[in-house]
Amino acid sequence: MRPFDYLRPDDVATAVRAVADDPDARFLAGGTNLVDHLKLGVARPGLLVDVRGLPLHDVEVADVGGGTVLRVGANVRNSDLAAHPVVRREFPAVARALVSAASAQIRHQATTGGNLLQRTRCVYFQDVSTPCNKREPGSGCSAVEGFARYNAVLGASPECVTVHPSDLAVALAAVDASVVTDGPAGERRLPVAELHRLPGDAPEKDTVLEHGELITAVELPASPVAQRSTYYKARDRASYAFALASVAAGLELDGDVVRDVRIVWGGVAHKPWRALRAEEALRGERFSEEAVLAAADAELEQAETSPGTAFKVPMVRGATALVLGRLAGGGR
Amino acid sequence: MPTVSFRVDGVDHTLDVDVRTTVLDLLRERLGNTAPKKGCDHGQCGSCTVLLDGRRHLTCLALAVSYDGAEVVTAAGLGEGHADGLHPVADAFLRNDAFQCGYCTPGQVCSAVGMLDELREGHPSHVTEDLDAEVDPDDDELRERMSGNLCRCGAYVGILAAVRECVASGGEA
Repeated sequence: MRPFDYLRPDDVATAVRAVADDPDARFLAGGTNLVDHLKLGVARPGLLVDVRGLPLHDVEVADVGGGTVLRVGANVRNSDLAAHPVVRREFPAVARALVSAASAQIRHQATTGGNLLQRTRCVYFQDVSTPCNKREPGSGCSAVEGFARYNAVLGASPECVTVHPSDLAVALAAVDASVVTDGPAGERRLPVAELHRLPGDAPEKDTVLEHGELITAVELPASPVAQRSTYYKARDRASYAFALASVAAGLELDGDVVRDVRIVWGGVAHKPWRALRAEEALRGERFSEEAVLAAADAELEQAETSPGTAFKVPMVRGATALVLGRLAGGGR
Repeated sequence: MPTVSFRVDGVDHTLDVDVRTTVLDLLRERLGNTAPKKGCDHGQCGSCTVLLDGRRHLTCLALAVSYDGAEVVTAAGLGEGHADGLHPVADAFLRNDAFQCGYCTPGQVCSAVGMLDELREGHPSHVTEDLDAEVDPDDDELRERMSGNLCRCGAYVGILAAVRECVASGGEA
């Protein structure tokens, strides 16, 4: 592990300035991904700025722009957020996504902001002896013709075919959550669905955040689709594994007609994949499994598969029907 | 080198550390506490689990500088104040044949103690059907809640029996 300098500021402005002023600096939160990257040589920062001393530990109901949101500080632990009574009652997809991720130990260490900024578990990204455009731009992609089980089927590029590993990000996108950031250019809000980016020709950039821009909070607006939402995760073993494919969905019915719906897929793209075509196909329609499957098919027309990833298309299609059927039946 | 302080199994320590030192390496290499084990060293096996400020943590993924001031209880310190120096969870592991080689056991025992607290506090898990109801700690719940600790000997049947017994006896910790 390369030696680094370590800072633990107690205010956001100092933390932001420390990273913004040093191209070789990185924020450190719970460390469950970054500490491993230090060991593997995937990350070799010259300065770590520990954000766990920043006062971003609260969950509170707040008024933002005329509406009520649950404001979650970036340092709130994954375990505490999953157990929070308002999250369990008003945002079940978020609670379900959190408890489906990692292990209890890791959920005590991992934070809300850090979870969103974890990096891909692509085996080639994590193995510094192999080419990887995300780790080393221009070196090539080993996954394109390599081990493909965790590769993307939507929105990939020739430069990068990996997926984003966060379960939480998928659920947050489905409940219309926003991230609040503080950076060299000041504070801003952006939807979680717009935080991560598709790889294009710059797969080294996971998100739209600037260097030195820090997630300080996540805001979850209460809504009918959030209140009736859930998360389903398909994986290779029953627990403690990343998603092969996952679905976060919310449903608001008017009788048997779909008034509003959210469908976001995980494990299939470089970002949480909001299935906008599928949502559009369902809105205003009578709810049925056939309608859901047809909507999923409309979205999946864009899918591009290889022999190693072809299984994901029927998997995410079936999971979408399962999840929406469960919600229509009153489950969460 | 930065100076850090830890309270480990009831004893205070203050020492200078290389900034790259994990809590696991601090415990094992600097303080000679070999109860937490270095299994995978990548957060995948759970053998380095301790209770840190009361909750189960993976010490291999924790930098010592980042946890300066923490109180750590390892499997070696759990028995403090109990009859025969044996924590009831450790005792249940013994009586239920919950290990073979024993390498993962200190992590399993710490993890089980932390899990019992989480159950008491009503934390939901991946297999909890109703997020608003009280958790029914059946075998599915216990397996899911212990899934962060691997046992390569495959002593899971005994581990489950030991943990089940602790839950039934009120989860004394």
